[in-house]
Amino acid sequence: MGAHAQIRALKIPNADIYKNFLFVLPAVVIFLLFYIYPFFQLFYVSLHEWPGIGPMTFVGLQNFKDLAGDQIWWASIGHAGYITLIALTFQNALAFALALACDREIRMKRFYRVIFFIPPVLSEVVVGILWNWVLNAGQQNGQQIGLLNAFLVQAGLPNLVHGWLSDPKTALTCIAVVHAWKGFGWGFMLLLAGLQTIDRQLYEAARVDGASSWRMFWNVTVPMMFPVITVVMILTILGSMQVFVLILSLVNQGLVYHTEVPVTRILGAMSGTNQFGYACAQAVIFGAILLTVSFLVKKLSGFGKQA
Amino acid sequence: MTFRMKMLLPVICGLMLLAVSGCGSPVKPVDQIEVWHWMTDRHDVLEQLAKQYEQETGIKVKLELFAPSDAYTQKIIAAAQANVLPDIYGILDKKSIVAAFIKAGFVMDLTPAYQANNGAWEQSLFAKALETTRFAEGNASKVPPGFYGVPIDTSSIQMVYNKNLLKKAGIAKPPATFDEFILDIEALRRVGVTPFVSGFGEMWLLDCFASNYAFNIMGEQKVMQTLRGEVPYTDPDWIKVLTIFKTLRDKKAFIEGIVTKGNKYSEQDFALERAAFSFNGWWCVNVYKGMNPGLSYGVVPLPAMASPFPLKSWGGAGSWFVVNNTSRNKDKAVRFLQWLTAKEQQVFLSEKTLNLPANREAIRMIPPVLGDFAKAMDNMTHPTIWPVNEDPLVIEAFDKGLQAIIIGEKSPESVAQDVQAVKARQMAKAKK
Repeated sequence: MGAHAQIRALKIPNADIYKNFLFVLPAVVIFLLFYIYPFFQLFYVSLHEWPGIGPMTFVGLQNFKDLAGDQIWWASIGHAGYITLIALTFQNALAFALALACDREIRMKRFYRVIFFIPPVLSEVVVGILWNWVLNAGQQNGQQIGLLNAFLVQAGLPNLVHGWLSDPKTALTCIAVVHAWKGFGWGFMLLLAGLQTIDRQLYEAARVDGASSWRMFWNVTVPMMFPVITVVMILTILGSMQVFVLILSLVNQGLVYHTEVPVTRILGAMSGTNQFGYACAQAVIFGAILLTVSFLVKKLSGFGKQA
Repeated sequence: MTFRMKMLLPVICGLMLLAVSGCGSPVKPVDQIEVWHWMTDRHDVLEQLAKQYEQETGIKVKLELFAPSDAYTQKIIAAAQANVLPDIYGILDKKSIVAAFIKAGFVMDLTPAYQANNGAWEQSLFAKALETTRFAEGNASKVPPGFYGVPIDTSSIQMVYNKNLLKKAGIAKPPATFDEFILDIEALRRVGVTPFVSGFGEMWLLDCFASNYAFNIMGEQKVMQTLRGEVPYTDPDWIKVLTIFKTLRDKKAFIEGIVTKGNKYSEQDFALERAAFSFNGWWCVNVYKGMNPGLSYGVVPLPAMASPFPLKSWGGAGSWFVVNNTSRNKDKAVRFLQWLTAKEQQVFLSEKTLNLPANREAIRMIPPVLGDFAKAMDNMTHPTIWPVNEDPLVIEAFDKGLQAIIIGEKSPESVAQDVQAVKARQMAKAKK
């Protein structure tokens, strides 16, 4: 039975149906205007060559063809993937460990909750400035000016002193670590909220059955937390793949191409090289990649849950 | 339909109509000029001048600040697309984009205003500053020739040096030639002083540094021939330009981390006496004053290579405004800009913000260190006044290549080949 027939079967008067549609209409108009229209406009522009102003020239799928052969673009996807990998592993493991610790009856746990939530609420620009002080390189009157390098000298490890953000071997890892430092608080809050919804009786029952803490973690906590872990993973992927303000704040316009990520490439194509059509093609492909990855994570987590 | 429904329907429709009408061009008051700008350092002073103008003429000047400049550029492009540009605004972009704005009808041709009263307004401003706003006869963008903007200040990018650090290294005077510069770098290194800092994390500054030496090594004509694709980037002269960066790296001239350093950080380094030389613009006078008022420094041009061609530095117009050709208030906007660029207002702006005035007469009344920046005004150049500009993708490849040389990842020859490959690709694309 179609929706219209179902409504008829409910015998809702016509006036009420129109009234209901009328109430929904503003939301539908806003959704169409600010979500659906920009999406189609993005795709439309991606089929054109356009410097951002003036007439567009239709080029068909040429921007997508160019993108397929753009090694810097694919490398930037790889860099974002690397940052995401660090976030998924290091950042989320840290968030989970701290959430588990704060879920127990420990002293000053409210204080820790506030402290752990400070980095995520800081602006990425502020975080970049802060970490620039830490990772700065160079000397003045024989003293290291960067905090990390000064610490290494004090710790008797002067051979590790380094231009952290200007060396291709370390720049991206530094960005990934700073991003993880900034982001772990979100995961911490979500995971802690999830942990607190687990029925305590499950742990008591497991304890009565003689389960160890380790076994309770794997057989009670992890399965019960699967939906939250999935959400945290998807949010981490989406947040990490789209990181860029932090990068601009730490390394400005980048270290050669070693710190490029998709969003900096899109931004560069738009404001740096005035290729709006190409930038839109990048955005379309990047959006498709993010959707696919999120969908896969959702699917995989479904398998994990069943297992 | 119930009574309540009948009452609700017009209200909802009215609200939706209001929302949709909000997307159109706003109606602006006739006795008010709206100015969008990006100059955080000048906002308060511009507000003061706006109030003074209102007192003198009765016309209110509404100033809107959008910063940083990248965000401002995006804002202007978006406003042009939606046809909601203010009466006066700036286009902080390449000349090709300025041309696109003109062709789209968003920029007023100010030539008649400049030439009125026997060209009084034109003659009161620096020709180099005005040149930036001009499209010449037969320009590549095919824009009708004329002046399309009003410079409110001038710009100059030079090398600054720390007098105390040079003294510490036994250097009596700043270098005039590149060979002297290398000797000074060695002397500074001997006494543990970092020789050079600049915001090379910002590509335009890196590009500017290289471009100055390109003019010095091969002359303007050959630089333009390269931009037109008649001389390849693999030409020995371009290799020489790229080799300057290798030489400076090999001599350990650069402060550590220079390739990712933003200009704000480089200014901090120089103000805190962490480096002896810096390549920076005139605005640094204001910045250093704020960071370290006691800093003892001077201003010189970049040390030139031995060559028959002069070293040219980027400069000319600094900040410049255009008048919205679709505005109902465009004539009032022009009169306001004429007032703003008059000597009294220019001296006031310069004294308060330490910027270089665009008005010729005002330049005599500015602080000496700013005067040093202004000395090179006759030897200025800028991409916005070149008859042809490089493709942005080639510029990106060139600047990223310079970074690769500085970190020792690539040789000048290899970078030249990479850049030429991008140039060839873009030229082939343009021919299609």
